[in-house]
Amino acid sequence: MHARTDAADTAPTWPDDIFATLQRFDVRQVPYVPDAGHSKLILRVLDSPAMRGIPLTTEEEGVALLAGAWAGGQRGVLLMQSSGVGNCINMLSLIPILRFPFLTLVTMRGEWGEFNPWQVPMGSTTQGVLELSGIKVLRASNAAEVPAVLEAAAAQAYNALTPTAVLLSQRLIGAKVFTK
Amino acid sequence: MSKANLLDRRQVVSALLANRKDVVAIGGLGASTNDITAAGDHARNFYLWGGMGGAAMIGLGLALAQPTLPVLVITGDGEMLMGMGSLATIGLQKPANLSIAVLDNEAYGETGGQTSHTSAAADLVGVARACGIKDSRAISTMAEVEAFAKAVHDLTAGPRFASVKIDSANLERILPTRDGTYILNRIRGDLGFQPI
Repeated sequence: MHARTDAADTAPTWPDDIFATLQRFDVRQVPYVPDAGHSKLILRVLDSPAMRGIPLTTEEEGVALLAGAWAGGQRGVLLMQSSGVGNCINMLSLIPILRFPFLTLVTMRGEWGEFNPWQVPMGSTTQGVLELSGIKVLRASNAAEVPAVLEAAAAQAYNALTPTAVLLSQRLIGAKVFTK
Repeated sequence: MSKANLLDRRQVVSALLANRKDVVAIGGLGASTNDITAAGDHARNFYLWGGMGGAAMIGLGLALAQPTLPVLVITGDGEMLMGMGSLATIGLQKPANLSIAVLDNEAYGETGGQTSHTSAAADLVGVARACGIKDSRAISTMAEVEAFAKAVHDLTAGPRFASVKIDSANLERILPTRDGTYILNRIRGDLGFQPI
């Protein structure tokens, strides 16, 4: 167990906002690498009869999976942490070549209150890497921003075939503190 | 290098696709995509010119989206090695309609014939089985290839995996279209989905 410096009195509701948006856009396949920041959303997905949560061994599997899902007629979303973005780079080349709808929700490390220096290099370059790979980057820094940001991201990903990443800020997620 | 009595890759792939009916065939980057093309272009062929290591996961996404459709991934040992973790993901999901055939020449044919890990200790059939794909076969005869091709159409007993040991001779390249958007939309169209 770890403490969070900005723990709220009640459990966060922004994952429910994300879930509602994904449902509205008929997302069916949800590949993910298990992650604390996404854990509530993952539980909602696993409980949903309309969605299939798919644990991956590494994040780039999810990019290829979403290409296959779309070939077969289904939309998907890839859930991962910022370190996982680094694992995806070459597989992201499938997106402009095949031109399938791509949406990824990224829980951020290494950018705000981070205690672990090993997370900082990839966290600091996540946005740059995504943009160099042709993916539009949106960001939600607080809970109030989440519904509108998710709505915009899903709309442009699924309706306009604009590959999109939503960075869920470390400020939103809460910085981990393992040190005393 | 060429070992004695190994299967010919073109014959193997032709046999796998000979009575394909509804099968969607996904070819990994490299020679297996050429082999699928040589067996005959088809609206349900998913040719990969990139995304090394992703062929099996594209197959999984398609199989989950279309559970009543047989999906066959035909890839090479190098491509499968690069996405070996996906066998664990597939073993967890257990898509009954997904089959994976690895054309194992124990070499990276596309890049000059360097030996792959499967020429030594790496046992892809053992990996697939350990990942929960119970029907995992080491194939060395055409009779076994034909049995696997028939099994592909059994949508209740999958997923299944095969490593087919083949001759490493480099054959004439039979190139499919390189237009990825065309490849994907042709498959979708054949499955009844319109462009957005």
